[in-house]
Amino acid sequence: MSKRASTLVNMLLTLVVITLISGFLLGYVNQITLAPKAKVAAERKIQALQAVLPPFDNDLMRDVVKFKSPDSADSIEIYKATQKGVIQGYAMMGTSEKGFSGTVKTMIGFKPDGSINNIVVLEQKETPGLGTKMKEAKFIKQFLGKNPATFNLKVKKDGGQVDALTGATISTRAFSETVQSSFELLKNQTEGFKNK
Amino acid sequence: MSKSFAVLTNGIIKENPTFVMLLGMCPTLGVTSSSQNGLGMGLATLFVLAMSNVVISLLKSQIPDAVRIPAFIVVIATFVTVVDMLMEAFIPGLYAQLGIFIPLIVVNCIILGRAEAFASKNGVWPSFLDGIGMGVGFTTALTILGSVREILGNGSIFNYHFLPDTANTFIIFILPPGAFIALAYLTVLFNKYVK
Repeated sequence: MSKRASTLVNMLLTLVVITLISGFLLGYVNQITLAPKAKVAAERKIQALQAVLPPFDNDLMRDVVKFKSPDSADSIEIYKATQKGVIQGYAMMGTSEKGFSGTVKTMIGFKPDGSINNIVVLEQKETPGLGTKMKEAKFIKQFLGKNPATFNLKVKKDGGQVDALTGATISTRAFSETVQSSFELLKNQTEGFKNK
Repeated sequence: MSKSFAVLTNGIIKENPTFVMLLGMCPTLGVTSSSQNGLGMGLATLFVLAMSNVVISLLKSQIPDAVRIPAFIVVIATFVTVVDMLMEAFIPGLYAQLGIFIPLIVVNCIILGRAEAFASKNGVWPSFLDGIGMGVGFTTALTILGSVREILGNGSIFNYHFLPDTANTFIIFILPPGAFIALAYLTVLFNKYVK
């Protein structure tokens, strides 16, 4: 087959047709994947919530408090876990922009008294092999059961009580910040953990 | 048959995209901090490379020469984006591992390079084989590079730790400078002993 000659009309037509097809194709695929993508994201969130909260029997998606914070563009959601009507804990997403290379997002579960039940890292772009170790149980273990009211969430280098990851002090600071800021927000919302 | 075989192996050794042609250095240096990342990026590229070679080869007679590069880029970018969206929606498990690499493939010059140098001049079947061969070559190179860096820098391979936690490793190898050092030595060794 001979090639089409590079005349202005041919060139214009070819590019118009190719970009049109690709535009429609992308629009179509985007449409059909929107719902499954949202479902996957929701499932991931529920998994994270189950991992950080004590056992519960209520519908978290219903017992959620949403409010706007001046510090963040997204609305903040606090999930309340109860079992037979008795409050078991709270979970919320913590975000820090101070990661070594971008945002660090965590899901943090608190017991009713404000101590940390469990933490899951949802999103991070830290240095592989260094900052990424924040996902490992070995690192997260030191936070479990600690109450940020008495446990200083700063890294030891900054005068706190957190053992920083080797070579990844910045990542550790970001991680701690997500916990600290969540704790403060939750404390305000529950009026110092008295509001059941 | 022997010609097909030659096309297939060409990309693995003689014209290995990473160690011989030194193409696609940006993803090569960026993602190879572990063997798993190298393998993941390599496989994602292999898939896109084979498919885009086929599509370009099919379209080659319809595209006027003067606008072939923009046309190729639109085709490749569309293809990659479609793969990205479908994967995120329908195979989330795999997407969690490879997802971050997919958008990077658009800017990988190996894809455009093979579209231009091979697929736009050859039939569909050889173009497909060329894509597979180049993809395997790229995957092999990235996995080796990632493994070397992970072994030296983290004392592990494919996330399997063979050194105790307290052991000191050459952390520099999983940091960006280590990518350059490891790549340079591997390129020398490859060109001296393998090629």
